[in-house]
Amino acid sequence: MKLADVQKILRAEVICGAEYLDGEVRSACGADLMSDVLVHSKEKTLLLTGLTNIQIIRTAEMGDLVGIVLVRGKRPGQDVIQMAESKGIPVMVTSLPMFESCGMLYNHGIKGCSELVTACES
Amino acid sequence: MLDYVLKGGDFDTAGEASSKIKRILQQIGVRSDVIRRIAISSYEAEMNVIIHAYSGVLRASIYPDRTELSVADEGPGIADIDLAMQEGYSTAPDHIREMGFGAGMGLPNMARCSDEFSINSVAGEGMKINILIRHS
Repeated sequence: MKLADVQKILRAEVICGAEYLDGEVRSACGADLMSDVLVHSKEKTLLLTGLTNIQIIRTAEMGDLVGIVLVRGKRPGQDVIQMAESKGIPVMVTSLPMFESCGMLYNHGIKGCSELVTACES
Repeated sequence: MLDYVLKGGDFDTAGEASSKIKRILQQIGVRSDVIRRIAISSYEAEMNVIIHAYSGVLRASIYPDRTELSVADEGPGIADIDLAMQEGYSTAPDHIREMGFGAGMGLPNMARCSDEFSINSVAGEGMKINILIRHS
């Protein structure tokens, strides 16, 4: 699935990085604890989070994540947007809450990170 | 060899040193999955200083076959390292957790990403972490 498909499914607004919407999403991770994201995510993982601080961009950068969806309609500050733009990390906002956002993406075939690991190892 | 000075509590620039290290590794053509492990270790180590210590220095030594990271800080140190290495154990205050850190995953995560990992601490003085990650 591509980020553009994620945007449609979650009826999300693209805050920045519209040029990266053809990026492939291999798995997704819903979390507000960034260390947990760094432990469990793989490359090309989409992060869904309720946090809007600058560390979500750093986490995406260090973990080679494919993009960030902010849930519950949370909007990032200008400093966060600027950093996302400079690092080339697409950010979108959906008004849907975390559980529903994750559930909808899962229903559309996006795997969780643990399933992706199993698939790679088998 | 690259040295970055870190200041405790400076969350605005937290991650900047790791970002620079990551860029250099990309420029010299290190494999992306290896870079990811180095970047995650470095970022966790950097955040550890910013969250817990007064000040610290992150040193990255990049060789053709490996990257060594060392992080030395002045701060409260760790009295019980075995306890600190347990996943989920954290002494971070609530305002750190609200920022998405202090989950008690930092030290174990660094160890998980490393080929060699060591941690030394004198409680009340500070700590030093050494990380080695091979490029192949």
